[in-house]
Amino acid sequence: MDFPEALSCPVPILSHDTVQLAHGAGGKLSNEMIDKIFLPRFTNKTLEKMEDQAILENPGGRIAFSTDTFVVDPIFFPGGDIGDLAINGTVNDVAMSGAQPKYMSVGFILEEGLPFETLHRVVLSMEAAAKLAGVQIVAGDTKVVNRGSCDKLFINTTGIGFVPDGVNISASNLTAGDKIILSGTLADHGMAVMTTREGLSFQSTVESDTAGLNHLVKDMLAVSLDIHALRDPTRGGLATSLNEFAMASNVGIQLYGDNIPVREDVRGACEILGIDPLYVANEGKLVAVVSADIASDMLSAMQANPLGKDSVIVGEVTNKHPGIVALRTGLGGNRIVDMPIGEQLPRIC
Amino acid sequence: MKYLDEFRDPVIAKRILSEIHEITTQPWVIMEICGGQTHSIIRNGIDQVLPKEIELVHGPGCPVCVTPLEIIDQAIEIAGRPDVIFTSFGDMLRVPGSHKDLFMVRSEGGDVRTVFSPLESLKIARENPDKEVVFFAVGFETTAPGNAMAVAQAAREGLTNFSELVSHVLVPPAMEALLSSPVNRVQGYLAAGHVCTVMGWDEYTPIAEKYKVPIVITGFEPMDVLIGILHTVKQLEAGTHVVENCYARIVEEGGNLPARKLIQEVFCISDRKWRGIGEIPMSGFRISDKYAAYDAELKFSVSDIKTEEPEACISGVILQGLKKPHECPAFGKECTPQSPLGATMVSSEGACAAYFKYQRILDI
Repeated sequence: MDFPEALSCPVPILSHDTVQLAHGAGGKLSNEMIDKIFLPRFTNKTLEKMEDQAILENPGGRIAFSTDTFVVDPIFFPGGDIGDLAINGTVNDVAMSGAQPKYMSVGFILEEGLPFETLHRVVLSMEAAAKLAGVQIVAGDTKVVNRGSCDKLFINTTGIGFVPDGVNISASNLTAGDKIILSGTLADHGMAVMTTREGLSFQSTVESDTAGLNHLVKDMLAVSLDIHALRDPTRGGLATSLNEFAMASNVGIQLYGDNIPVREDVRGACEILGIDPLYVANEGKLVAVVSADIASDMLSAMQANPLGKDSVIVGEVTNKHPGIVALRTGLGGNRIVDMPIGEQLPRIC
Repeated sequence: MKYLDEFRDPVIAKRILSEIHEITTQPWVIMEICGGQTHSIIRNGIDQVLPKEIELVHGPGCPVCVTPLEIIDQAIEIAGRPDVIFTSFGDMLRVPGSHKDLFMVRSEGGDVRTVFSPLESLKIARENPDKEVVFFAVGFETTAPGNAMAVAQAAREGLTNFSELVSHVLVPPAMEALLSSPVNRVQGYLAAGHVCTVMGWDEYTPIAEKYKVPIVITGFEPMDVLIGILHTVKQLEAGTHVVENCYARIVEEGGNLPARKLIQEVFCISDRKWRGIGEIPMSGFRISDKYAAYDAELKFSVSDIKTEEPEACISGVILQGLKKPHECPAFGKECTPQSPLGATMVSSEGACAAYFKYQRILDI
C-alpha cells in the first residue's frame, strides 16, 4: 500500500520546534539541523564528505553556470512552493543553454522562529524537484537572521551543467523567417501567486506551472542541435523574453495574437485584475526560436513531452521593425508589445 | 468566458467594421471618454483598421492621468508619516508627484499597501487601531459608490482611524469644458459605459442638445467600441445629436439608484483641478461636512500643499485633440513613460504614452 509522502516522511525530531539563531552559529545545533533536515534529503557521495567545497569531475567542454535567489511570498502557493521553485528556476536557467544541469549548490537564509515543520516541507519538495531533474545538490550553506531581517526563508541556488558540442543557443541568434514556439499556456505561476497573496478577496483554482524543463530541452535537441534561442519567460513574462530577443538580434518579432494559449481560469483572473498575461511570470514554460524548416518537427517533439503538450507556434521573426515585438490582433490591427516599465499593477478601471 | 468572448468575436467585429467603412463619407473627430475604452482601442488595434476619415481623440477619462500633481504630493506627504498605513489601488503608486512616487515612499520606510477595494482598507483599519489608515480615493463616478460605502461603513462602526484622500472627478462637467472651448474639434462622444452604469444618462441629454453632439454610451470590448463608433458616425452623417445607449446589457437610464443615493449621502459636488486641464467648476466630489472626520485632506492638514504643473507640458491641448503628442517639444525628450511630465504620458492609456510606443513602429 502506498502512503502519501507526508506520512512516510515525518518531520525529524529536533531539540527545538523552530529555527534559533544558534542553528546558524556553526555549533552543535547547526550540525543537528544539517544532519536531520538537509543531509537525509539531499544525500549524495559528494555532499556526504562534508568538506568546505565540492570537488567535481569535469568531462571537458563548455560549462553552463547560473545562479538565482528566491524570495517568493507566499512561500506555499497552489501548485508549488519556494523549494521546488528554487530548484526548477536554476535547472531551467542552466537548461536554456542546451546543457543538462548536473550539480547545484543551495544557500538558505532562515528567519529566526521559522518552524522546522515549514523548513522540512520546503526541503522535501526541493528533494523531489532535484530528483525529477536529475541534479545533485553538492554544496550548501545556512544562515539564520534575526526575526524581521528576512521573511520566513530565502533560498539561493546555483547550478552548473555541460553544454553539448554543436549547441550554440543565444538571444542574438534570431534571423528573419525563424518561428517562435511557446511550450504551453502563459501566466499560470504569476497568477497563482498573485491570487493567493493577502488582500485578494476571490478564491481561485489557478495553479503554478513550476517544473524543471531540462528533459524537454533534451527532447528538443534530439530533433536538432540548431536551436537559435531558448528562454524560460519568468519575471516580465513572454513579452520581456521576446523583447530581449528582438533587441539582442536587432530583428522584429511578429506575434499571432489568436495563437497565444492562456488557460480559461488564468484569463479570468487576469481580466478581473486588468493584467496582461503576456507580462506575467511563468516557471515551467519555455520559448524557443528555430528556423522555419525544422519548426514543425520541433513542435511535434515538444508536444510529445508532457511539459510541452500544449506547445504552439506563436509568431515569427521579421526584418521589419527591428527591436520591436508586435502582435497582430483578431481585427487585423497591430499593437506593440513593449518592455514593461515596472511590476504590473492592477488598474483602477 | 461568458459575456466577454461574445463581444470579442473577430468575425462579427469585422462585419461592424465594414459597415462603418460603408457609411463614412467625410472626416469626423470622435472622442472616447474613458481610459478603459482607449485601452481597448490600442490593445485591439481598432484605430488602425477604422476608415482614415475617422479620428479618435483620447479623452480625459483615465483617473490616473487626470489626478492633479498636488493631490499626488499630498498623498506622498501623508504616506510618509510613521503613524500612517497608506492604501491605494495599484496603478496610483507609480504616478509621479513633484519629486517622487508612492513606491519611493515605500522604499524609504513608509507603509504603503496595494488594495483591491476600499473595504480592504477598512479591514486594515480595524486590525490596526493604533495606526491611521488612509485610502487614496481617486476615480470617476465609477469608483465613487465603493469609496462612499467605505466612509459610511466606518461611520456606522465608529472607526476613527480611517480616512480617505479624495480626488473624485465627474465626466459631464469635463465634457462641457471641452465642448465650450472656442477651439473644440470633438464632434461626437463615446460616453463611458461604467460611469453611466452608476449615474444613468439623464445628465447627458442637455449636453447633446446644447452643443449639438451625438453622445453614444459605449462599453469596452472590441465589439462594444465598434458599435459605439458605428452609431456615432451614423448620427454624424445624418446630422442628428441624441443620447444613445449602446451598452444596454449593463446601463439603465436611471443608473444604479442605491449607489447614487450612497454617493449623495457621503459626497458633495465641488470644484476640482484636473491634471493637464486645470480647475473645472463643480467637476468633482469631496467628502460632505457630515463626514468631514473621514476626510484625510482635513485630518492631516495637507490642503496647503499646492503644486503647479510643469510649464513644458501641453497635455491639456493634447487632451482636446488640438495637437498631436509628437508636436510637443518635450515629447520623447524630457517627457517619456519612465519620467512623464504630464497626464497623458503617465498612464499607458494616455495619448502621449500610446504615441510614444506607436511612433517607433510608424517610422518603419
